[in-house]
Amino acid sequence: MAESYVEHEVSHPALQHHFENLEQQREAGTLGMWVFLVTEMMFFGGMFLAYTLYRSKFPAAFAIASNHLDIKLGAVNTAVLILSSFTMAMAVYSTQVGKLRAQVIYLVLTIVLGLTFLGIKAVEYHEKYVSNLIPGSLIPGHPFNPDPHAMHLTAGVSMQHVQMFYWIYFAMTGMHALHMIIGVGLLSVILYFSVKGRYSPEYHNPVEVTGLYWHFVDIVWIFLFPLLYLLGRHLGGH
Amino acid sequence: MSEHIVPVKIYVSIFLALVVGTAITVLAAFQDFPGALNVIIALTIAVVKATLVVLYFMHVRYSAQLIWVIVASALFWMGILFALTFSDYWTRGWL
Repeated sequence: MAESYVEHEVSHPALQHHFENLEQQREAGTLGMWVFLVTEMMFFGGMFLAYTLYRSKFPAAFAIASNHLDIKLGAVNTAVLILSSFTMAMAVYSTQVGKLRAQVIYLVLTIVLGLTFLGIKAVEYHEKYVSNLIPGSLIPGHPFNPDPHAMHLTAGVSMQHVQMFYWIYFAMTGMHALHMIIGVGLLSVILYFSVKGRYSPEYHNPVEVTGLYWHFVDIVWIFLFPLLYLLGRHLGGH
Repeated sequence: MSEHIVPVKIYVSIFLALVVGTAITVLAAFQDFPGALNVIIALTIAVVKATLVVLYFMHVRYSAQLIWVIVASALFWMGILFALTFSDYWTRGWL
């Protein structure tokens, strides 16, 4: 009894009193983040369900609407996000092996890549704004009103169904972008403490769970890219 | 159970696999495959990419069994969400 008390006295400063040791604390933190990610999967799952349902109802309108998205920007953004997942994994690795300079560099790279993704997303959103493709009256005085010729609208396809695609597109990519913004915020906090030298091979769980969140947001995009940008290309997109 | 450190070589391999997967997805999307094959190919590659990220970048391959249970539960409930919803929508025409 006395011995374990002494052990407590000299324990790592990051160890919270309700955990036996850093190992248990790390596993509890990781588990907690995974439980949160399950709720996130269910959250995005609802939107993937809506997408599947409306795409099966209006396949032609969805293909036409999707072909208007910028495939080059979408593909570049996919590459940017995958690279950012790699630099994030390397930031966690650098912390685990105690390379603290590399840890800071990889965290900065991850943040820069995340901001690059958001910048490209903003360019895409602006193009949709110019083409009057923002659905409903989300922008006051700028309703959904695209040029039917520019959209290559074929006979029998309703512009309302094209608009349905854009509701889903903005809901899903918008929620994804919000998660990216939150991720960049979390990484900035981690970077701040990283520069201050808080994380070490013994204590790096905050870096790791932030990484888990970042990779999850990457996975959402891995599904969004083919489902939103590529679904009608084989039918002769432009 | 102590922590497993994934070697850099694996991270680089996974990154390259993800880039190749993205390239194949884009190329395949422009080919006109019969039936629903286009969407099946796209989703299969996406599932493989997501699995690689979960297993290696997110360390699940080296994680405690409890983490596996949590991940599996997410897929299980997602399955319920889709199965029950579409058992409704797809059978409405049967009436």
